[in-house]
Amino acid sequence: MNTTIMLFLVQDGITNGAIYALLGLALVLVFAVTRVILIPQGEFVTYGALTYASLAAGQMPGTAKLALALGIGAFAFDLFVARKALHARLIVRSFVTNIVLPGIVLALTVYFASEKPPVAICIALSLVIVAMIGVYLYRIAFQPLAHTSVLVLLIASVGVHLALQGLGLLFFGAEGQRGPAVLSGAFTAGTLRFTGQSITVYAITIAFIVGLWLFFGLTLYGKALRATAVNRLGARLAGIRTTLSGQIAFLLASVIGALSGIMIVPITTLYYDSGFLIGLKGFVAAIIGGLVSYPLTAVAALVVGIVEAFSSFYASNYKEVIVFMLLIPVLLLRSLAAPAVEEEKD
Amino acid sequence: MSALLSVTDAHVAYGKVEAVRSVSLEVGTNEIVTIVGANGAGKTTLLSAIMGILPLKGRVAFAGQDLARLDIEDRVAMGLGLVPEHRELFVTMNVEDNLELGAFRIERSKAKASMERVYTLFPRLKERRKQFAGTLSGGEQQMLAMGRALMGEPKLLMLDEPSLGLAPIIVADIFRIVGQLRASGVSVLLVEQNAQAALKIADRAYVMELGEFVLSGKASDVAANEGVAASYLGFQHEGENVS
Repeated sequence: MNTTIMLFLVQDGITNGAIYALLGLALVLVFAVTRVILIPQGEFVTYGALTYASLAAGQMPGTAKLALALGIGAFAFDLFVARKALHARLIVRSFVTNIVLPGIVLALTVYFASEKPPVAICIALSLVIVAMIGVYLYRIAFQPLAHTSVLVLLIASVGVHLALQGLGLLFFGAEGQRGPAVLSGAFTAGTLRFTGQSITVYAITIAFIVGLWLFFGLTLYGKALRATAVNRLGARLAGIRTTLSGQIAFLLASVIGALSGIMIVPITTLYYDSGFLIGLKGFVAAIIGGLVSYPLTAVAALVVGIVEAFSSFYASNYKEVIVFMLLIPVLLLRSLAAPAVEEEKD
Repeated sequence: MSALLSVTDAHVAYGKVEAVRSVSLEVGTNEIVTIVGANGAGKTTLLSAIMGILPLKGRVAFAGQDLARLDIEDRVAMGLGLVPEHRELFVTMNVEDNLELGAFRIERSKAKASMERVYTLFPRLKERRKQFAGTLSGGEQQMLAMGRALMGEPKLLMLDEPSLGLAPIIVADIFRIVGQLRASGVSVLLVEQNAQAALKIADRAYVMELGEFVLSGKASDVAANEGVAASYLGFQHEGENVS
């Protein structure tokens, strides 16, 4: 291997690692706040990517209809939970956020899908659709189980993943899709060539990480999310609704997932089930970060990306195996460092 | 005097084991009420159930409203505050953030004024405002837990063993501040093993044994009761007197 190839591999690894970093951060966030191991994170990637690609190709994505269907489900849940003390304000608020909003987005999607809209509109619609799916899924599948064990939440998470993957096949078919580059053009620096898309990946990743840092450090809602992650009972005693924190966490995770998908789909062909493997690599990074440390997760994600790039070069058949094998020494070290497992306290 | 908090025939169980049996109590406006009793009597369980952390059979009303269907967060919004025995602080966040989050449900402009009031009550917290809660001493953590609860502008503050594990000088300080809370219009329901200190500042008291109230009345009368004196006041450690 010469230096040029090595630099190419490192560059490729950093580009992939940046996306894994975002996904890993989302997984850590969701787990810390809700204790849900978010297996469907990969589906947010796929849905974001393929909704974007479908819109750009002038096709109507089924995800917009799914968002409305889930919104109706969320509305029904709200009504059922509040059935003994129904207030007009609560019904109206729930109706607007769960039915009117996805209804408007569906109408806009139908309108724009036939027009082959510009990239910016495709991105905006894809993000909003997946964000709504994420929030409604939390309401329907996870919020009612919020006080159960991590294992029950994990089972629900696997169920949601399987359902979304099946729906993905229904909406997008078995054929893969690619989307248009967010930013075209390229430039070279020495032997390295930087495409507009790879620059977009770096820029969005950095912007998102800085944005999250500011959100968590400076805003009341960001602090409330951190507080919920640190001490759920303490947060509730301070009047912070853990359901609100869960909704915000799922909103961020779904937006991050969709954004990652939109960044990947111009680089590589994505299928309805591709997101699972991509999400799992973010999961590897999150596990290395102990599902608690954001900086460690980000660094681990870059390592995962670089290891993946080098193993693609040296042993492409085994690249996934090599990447997932990173977990073994980490889990071994963590098991030695924490021999006792405490019972969950709710 | 109309009761701010009214608990009627409360039962709380852990599975099949009933930890609190047929308990009724009232806390009035501007009143300090204490529940004293030995470790394991069910005091903490009762407070947790009133706050909505544990399920309770019976009736709990706050400011005239039945709390049966309300979450912890709704009870906080109504003006019920709890400082739990383990304090439940956000240990990896600084003092100021902990306090700010205590006022999560109130207007931002009011939150600033609340923080100044808390800093006046606990000047030590102002000195430590940029320090992580987890690095504070036990006494400072207790002050922070109380300060965080006060940030939500409660009408009734429930304190669970605020003196537990603290140095006598800090205990005296905490009890002095509890007395000040009554003066500022906050009622207090105080659960305490340090019966001597609690009975000294309380208006009324309940004595709890094995999940039941065995005695109640004016705090001075309860303190004068021979059984209480023998069971609880006789075992006070030296140096725990409150000035």
